[in-house]
Amino acid sequence: MRPFAYSTAATVAEAVSAAAAPGTRFLAGGTTLYDLMKLDVEAPAAVVDVSRIAELARVDTDGPDELIIGAGARMCDVAEDPVLLRDYPALAESLAKAASQQLRTMATVGGNLLQRTRCAYFRGSGFPCNKREPGSGCSALGGLDRGHAVLGGSDACVAVYPGDWAVALLAFDALIDVAGPDGERTVPLSELHREPGDTPQAEHTLAPGELIVRIRVPATAAGRSSTYHKVRDRESYAFALASAAAALAFDGPVVTEARLAVGGVATRPWRSREAEALLVGRPLTAESARAAGEAVFSGAVPGRANRYKIELGVRTVVDALFLAARKEESR
Amino acid sequence: MRAKIVVNGVGTELELDARESLLDVLRERLELTGTKKGCDHGQCGACTVHLDGRRVLACLTMAVQADGREVTTIEGVSGDGGGLHPMQRAFVDHDALQCGYCTPGQIMAAIACVAEGHAGDDDQIREYMSGNLCRCGAYPGIVAAVREVARGGVRPEEA
Repeated sequence: MRPFAYSTAATVAEAVSAAAAPGTRFLAGGTTLYDLMKLDVEAPAAVVDVSRIAELARVDTDGPDELIIGAGARMCDVAEDPVLLRDYPALAESLAKAASQQLRTMATVGGNLLQRTRCAYFRGSGFPCNKREPGSGCSALGGLDRGHAVLGGSDACVAVYPGDWAVALLAFDALIDVAGPDGERTVPLSELHREPGDTPQAEHTLAPGELIVRIRVPATAAGRSSTYHKVRDRESYAFALASAAAALAFDGPVVTEARLAVGGVATRPWRSREAEALLVGRPLTAESARAAGEAVFSGAVPGRANRYKIELGVRTVVDALFLAARKEESR
Repeated sequence: MRAKIVVNGVGTELELDARESLLDVLRERLELTGTKKGCDHGQCGACTVHLDGRRVLACLTMAVQADGREVTTIEGVSGDGGGLHPMQRAFVDHDALQCGYCTPGQIMAAIACVAEGHAGDDDQIREYMSGNLCRCGAYPGIVAAVREVARGGVRPEEA
């Protein structure tokens, strides 16, 4: 590992000011950054430890208008927030189904949003990777791409966005408050992550030195009938092959609101407004759910060994919609 | 940088290189080799320890992040008289290991699993123990051991 300067920040203002130097990275749980530093994929000149900033860990889920979740709150704690469990099960489930309890105890809900891809070519230094070394080529295109994206890829990169939490948050129109040298600003989560395009090394829209301080989720009638359904190679402690966050609201049998986002299949958290529109204004049926799933994947481009993700993804969406609807019935 | 870490109840002052993991400091400098290095990348759970009472992976914890905090390792779980912790006793009773390499991490995770209230039934135990891999496949014994301790079935050994 390359040497780096380590410092701790006691406040958000201190952290932002310390991050002004080029090559500085924030350290919270460290589960992605420190791991990638060991692999020489990340080599920051300086690391500012924000894990002890008390104001970052504040969680307020009691308000009528929105959930407020401090970026420094731990994944394991937010996963068990009683309001999330009752009113936004998709959010709680997306956290509980991520990683292991040890990792969830370390990792923060802010850092998790920018977890980097698990593409083996990105993590290993023996192969070209445009994300790790821009312009060197993509080894996954035509290579071992069983786990790679079928949505949002480019000629430069098909690495999957690995997270679950951001997928569920995207379905709920979450907002991200960030602090930077010029003060605070708000970024819709839908504008936080980028598709790889020609610049796969640029994964998000934050400026250098900007720190995620909190996540806000506007209240919605579709919260209670929601689920995060995750399909993986083993039952627990694995990344998604395909996942879906589904949230529904009903008037009698008729769907009045539908929210749908998928993970494990795309280069960024992926929402389909087209699929949502197909669900609204009619009862949820096997046909309408299937049509929604197919709409999500209508633009899918498979690689060599990941064509299965299209049918798996469609079925994951269908299952998620019925699991979400069942929560409404059980109330 | 200078750091003070309380390890198994004993305050220790150390001059740390920021690159050092808590795992390497425990094993190489404090000679507490009970905590095992498996993958060193947060994938196997062999290095599980408690930091301020909560389970974490020592391999993905920078040692400097433990400054001013309390670490408990497998060497620190036995009673005052040196007898086995109830979870250790249960692992022995249920044959919850074969080669034993993952066992210290399993036991640290298992103690936390019970303390967190995540050992309500076998499915929940499997889910909350999934971060600890056992290449020998002693999982049935591990689940049985955690279940027994969660139900209060094992008493600490008299020292």
